[in-house]
Amino acid sequence: MQIVLFHLMPYADLDLEAGRGNGTVWLNLPNRNFDPEKGHRLYNRYLDELEYGETLGFDAVSVNEHHQTAYGLMPSPIVTASALARCTKNVKICILGSALPLRSHPLTVAEEHAMIDVITGGRLVSGFVRGIGAEYHTFGVNPTISHDRFHEAHDLIVRAWTEPGPFAFQGKHYNVTYVNLWPRPYQKPHPPIWIPSQGSKETIDWASHPDRRYTYLQTFSPAKVVERYLKMYRDTCRGYGYEAKDSQLGWAVPVYVGESDHKAREEAKPHFEAFRNVFVRMPLEMLLPPGYTSRESLKNVMQAKAQMFGDVTIDQATELGLFVCGSAATVRSALEKYWSDMRFGNLLVMCQFGTLPADLAGRNMERFARGVMPALKKL
Amino acid sequence: MKFEQRFIQVDGCNVNLRRGGRGEPLLFLHGASGAPVILPFMEKLAERFDVLVPEHPGYGQSDEPDWLDNIHDLAYFYLDFLKQLGLRNVTLMGNSMGGWVAMEIAVRDTSRLKSLVLVSPAGIRAPGVQPADIFLMPDEQLVRNLFHDQKLAEARLAVPVTPEAVDIALKNKHTTARLAWEPRLHDPFLPKWLHRVDVPVKIIWGKEDRILPVAFLDEYRRLLPKAEIHIVEGAGHLPHAEKPDLFVELVCK
Repeated sequence: MQIVLFHLMPYADLDLEAGRGNGTVWLNLPNRNFDPEKGHRLYNRYLDELEYGETLGFDAVSVNEHHQTAYGLMPSPIVTASALARCTKNVKICILGSALPLRSHPLTVAEEHAMIDVITGGRLVSGFVRGIGAEYHTFGVNPTISHDRFHEAHDLIVRAWTEPGPFAFQGKHYNVTYVNLWPRPYQKPHPPIWIPSQGSKETIDWASHPDRRYTYLQTFSPAKVVERYLKMYRDTCRGYGYEAKDSQLGWAVPVYVGESDHKAREEAKPHFEAFRNVFVRMPLEMLLPPGYTSRESLKNVMQAKAQMFGDVTIDQATELGLFVCGSAATVRSALEKYWSDMRFGNLLVMCQFGTLPADLAGRNMERFARGVMPALKKL
Repeated sequence: MKFEQRFIQVDGCNVNLRRGGRGEPLLFLHGASGAPVILPFMEKLAERFDVLVPEHPGYGQSDEPDWLDNIHDLAYFYLDFLKQLGLRNVTLMGNSMGGWVAMEIAVRDTSRLKSLVLVSPAGIRAPGVQPADIFLMPDEQLVRNLFHDQKLAEARLAVPVTPEAVDIALKNKHTTARLAWEPRLHDPFLPKWLHRVDVPVKIIWGKEDRILPVAFLDEYRRLLPKAEIHIVEGAGHLPHAEKPDLFVELVCK
């Protein structure tokens, strides 16, 4: 199994009362709540944490993109990935992902990812996402054409990476007379493409298609839901007439390893609950703008609203497999069990979440890397 | 007055059309929440006009055509609609988004129009005036914000929600987003061409409008200086629904 150290880079110094009072830390939490001095320390601390991931032996480190939120301070994951490109030497760098429909022009994604791939000598993993619902308010991109723009942007990027330029591209959303990428990517035919998702049949059908066979990552979902979607991916591949490799499947999950089960729970509790109940929270209208999902999915969410939008305690989250927490032995056996049920070839662990401070995040990473990771890598 | 309901096909799209009354034609273009029922103001207008109430493509029981990408498509659709039905001397009335469509039609071609009645229309922006964000508003709050008289909001909220009504509400919201997400409920290029509107224009606005504030009128006074303007006291975003008698009087006078 390949183990990826994943970071959201949240604004951990957030005044949680301000976040709760606003109902969400997304989109309209006034940015006076962001202190650039604290931001300066946080960015550098978080980059240190990711660099330390290489020292600790993780296979890859991962950044991602979110806009106008305390949930994650990487409106451009390109910036953080670029910083890591020069500070790391061997570890893979995953951008999970760039939100294609939110960009004015997908060729900028093709160019920037290609630059990082060339600078690192082929250490880039490119993730493509649509961006979450709230982010369709950020740039005003119309959510009803989100899928359409995603697919067209993807096609343009992959063609720009692989076809000899210059050539012309004519689409509904993008028209380019001269597609002629400088630099071309380092990896052949192009960097691996991973597709993080909260779980959607349309995404699975598309990612698993024999023309693509992209790695599908189920992010921050209860273990049962992860299992259902990973199985759906495998079944869809069979429907296409091939067997999915384990490397085509991944799970992203927050993890905390303490000295004992009891200490782990005590240490993680306030920080995990801040993550789940303050940083993640947003109203339905923000999460799912019209057209972002099919109307059927939207109706299902509306019906499950009470359950989805209520507070979750650390114990409930651990029970559900939304969070893996305990001593190294407990976390190791939990992840081994999940692996034997689901056979994901990639595990993305988020060792910092919510308000988790530097000392606890650092010890969490160390305990995970020493007490859990070696066993998982052998799977 | 009895309204007939039937489906007609225009530009390959089946449209649910209600029609009733006698006189010159009056075409009512509904706003973002659709026109699911015949309202008292329509009945009253039908005493003086041949009232046509279509559900726009993408709304209610009408089809969702592939060609519907933006508000201009809807304007061209209604020009074809007027032509296909052979309508002339049309009083073109639109509320909110429907008012926006009415203006988009009128800047293109007024040859079949007699006049425009814009009821708290969307379609332009006004410096310093902030419309409500209907896409971030929970459904219940949206209903409350539509009306000044909260008894009317309560009555609307008390109507039992059927699964069909949920489906239609989601369909309407989807089409509204498709047409009006960004630029939000307006076309920044529309004001350039409003001088082309060469038929009489009446603008009616609820003084207590919490969706599109009445302060928008300042901009309309500048862009359509000959328009006749009426502000309805004690009404919100739907003055036609909230004060039907007064509203019809203003339309007919």
